[in-house]
Amino acid sequence: MVAVPKIELVDLHKSFGNNAVLTGINLRVMPGESLVIIGGSGTGKSVTLKCILGIERQDRGGVLIDGRDSTTIDRRAFLRSFGMLFQGAALFDSMLVWQNVAFRHLHARRPMKRTAARELAISKLSRVGLSAETADLFPAELSGGMQKRVGLARAIATDPSVIFFDEPTAGLDPIMAGVINDLIRELVSEMGATAITITHDMTTVDRVADHVAMLHGGQVRWTGPVADMTTATDPWLDQFINGRATGPIETLR
Amino acid sequence: MLLPRLALGLLASIGRSTLELLRGTGRVAMFAAVTISHLVRPPWYPTELLHQLLRIGYFSLPVVGLTALFTGGALALQIYAGGARFNAETVVPSIVAIGIVRELGPVLGGLMVAGRVSSSIAAELGTMRVTEQIDALTTLSTNPVKFLILPRVLAAVIAMPVLVGVGDVIGVFGGYLVGTERLGFQSTTYILNTIDFLQVTDVTSGLVKAAVFGFILSIIGCYFGYHSGRGARGVGQATTNAVVTASILILAANYLLTEAFF
Repeated sequence: MVAVPKIELVDLHKSFGNNAVLTGINLRVMPGESLVIIGGSGTGKSVTLKCILGIERQDRGGVLIDGRDSTTIDRRAFLRSFGMLFQGAALFDSMLVWQNVAFRHLHARRPMKRTAARELAISKLSRVGLSAETADLFPAELSGGMQKRVGLARAIATDPSVIFFDEPTAGLDPIMAGVINDLIRELVSEMGATAITITHDMTTVDRVADHVAMLHGGQVRWTGPVADMTTATDPWLDQFINGRATGPIETLR
Repeated sequence: MLLPRLALGLLASIGRSTLELLRGTGRVAMFAAVTISHLVRPPWYPTELLHQLLRIGYFSLPVVGLTALFTGGALALQIYAGGARFNAETVVPSIVAIGIVRELGPVLGGLMVAGRVSSSIAAELGTMRVTEQIDALTTLSTNPVKFLILPRVLAAVIAMPVLVGVGDVIGVFGGYLVGTERLGFQSTTYILNTIDFLQVTDVTSGLVKAAVFGFILSIIGCYFGYHSGRGARGVGQATTNAVVTASILILAANYLLTEAFF
């Protein structure tokens, strides 16, 4: 029996005015797989994630979740089994850290009691290496790395089966970036979740990816297992992973 | 040759502006309709509503109260000066009360709250948009319109009549203070003149206006904040647009409502 991809993108097109960002993305992510999407700025990585989530609506093509068209599935049910770490963590600055982490539990149709929600938040914070004292601070009182960890704790608060990571190491020092990468790998393996990460950071690719897809010109330029990436002959991929200024990808000097 | 081209350019410019205005009006109307539709569709967030009632209502009291107090006092002086020309100084208490309750209370209260609340809503939601907090809400299975917009709009519609009611009392009291301390009115006469000439419809029309202004200033603040452009400039623009648009719409709506209650 052929396994059904957890997430499949079929000929995805998306434009903003005259700017065609996605021009036919085809991609499959199998259950339990960690896919890392790489590509230069403005190649449509974030837009691809937003189309999968339904935050942006594609102009053409489809998003299949468990083999079913995303427009016909129960979107709330899908989002309930979903977590996301945003580039800037996107924590709610008017709420305490524990209220951010337990947001879903506090605002569910049948909300969890505050004491239980706080305990759950503290256990998730400890999972990402933050102490219980952090729980009663506001996000603005935390460093960038700690905010990312809180965002990670919020993303895994409901033990989701699908997790997206948008530039998880952007703006972090190399040590903190390494910590976040390791945490992502551990959490994804531990929970058996399907993960999509978008990044420019090749260290993240090495540590987090099972499969890699490179976007360029609104399409998937190269895709394959992470182990094949270094031996691949695609000139676009080669230029990107080696950070060369010369090659088929145009650069501004 | 130059003149017809200039005239044509002017007409085209007017046409473009008109179309843009109509498009904007349509977008705001759709946004308002979507917000109202969530009123009858659960889930609701009562804690958010209480929080916004506190922010929009309770914390606006000093602004509205002080505005009403000084306006009532100034109104008493102006009416006394004007009334003296017709030997009609005794009308001060009744005209102050009617002026405050029917017109100045709701309009000045609306404008002051628009300055305070529309701007703060637009800046807050704009920042949330820019920092992806609104997208984060969606990924946390929470509808941003239900969680962010509806509680703010409902809170403003509930709080504004209460604020204006309190402002009316303070405004009349401002007139009373000036009337009795500066213009030589007797306390009892001033109060009796105020009560005798004031009708229930004067008060209710003012409170209805207040509720409408509450809807306008909150929905406009939410609209511009929710659709804010990127960066600090986008948020700044959203804040300015919210205050200017809400203020103009409040004044326009005031005229239409006054016609309706006339």
